Amino acid sequence: MVTILYFAALRESLGCSREQVALPGGTATVSSLLEQLRNRNERWTEAFAPGKRWRVAVNQQMADPATPLKPGDEVAFFPPVTGG
Amino acid sequence: MPRVRVQEADFDAGRELEALTRGRTDVGAVASFVGLVRSDNDGHAIGAMTLEHYPGMTEKALEAICDEAHARWRLIDTLVIHRVGKLVPGDRIVLVGVASAHRGDAFAACEFIMDYLKTRAPFWKREDTAAGSRWVEARDSDETAAQRWKG
Repeated sequence: MVTILYFAALRESLGCSREQVALPGGTATVSSLLEQLRNRNERWTEAFAPGKRWRVAVNQQMADPATPLKPGDEVAFFPPVTGG
Repeated sequence: MPRVRVQEADFDAGRELEALTRGRTDVGAVASFVGLVRSDNDGHAIGAMTLEHYPGMTEKALEAICDEAHARWRLIDTLVIHRVGKLVPGDRIVLVGVASAHRGDAFAACEFIMDYLKTRAPFWKREDTAAGSRWVEARDSDETAAQRWKG
């Protein structure tokens, strides 16, 4: 299992701020987890559709689609940041 | 005080910068940046904004940015205070302070910290306008500004 967090506009469009998800089989990466999420339903497919801009962090460090995942990881998806 | 603080409360920039150098005689330069909430963004009148962040990661990301600034320039100390929660036009959002022996390091590091904060620290702004509330879109110009420190 991994914990997934969603922030800002992504949290609102998905109607979800936090969930526990079983990792996909094989060598799990951000990309394979995302594929699993996209296949869930239209809401996730739309939020992560090609051309949508999003960022990912794994264990509170900026990551990318190729970043490997292991049980217990904290994965966060969010829009490009707008602080400052 | 920790050099990175994320808080709802306002800050006193003068007092914070004074604390940055208190008791030291090796500091020859302090550069600072204060970011404020504007009442207008892309032609929309802003009534208020709410800043959301990723508790835990935000502090780590800001610490990492300060560490990187220390690795790139000869700095004596750095300070980043970023506010979250509801803010109105005129409110202070962020303070960056950099102390060094000479001004070149302080000026450059201050700008670098802001450019990286804008593109790497997990904060998101939601603006309230007359037409309703909307999430602020990231600007390509911020990414361009951060890219120039590469290499």
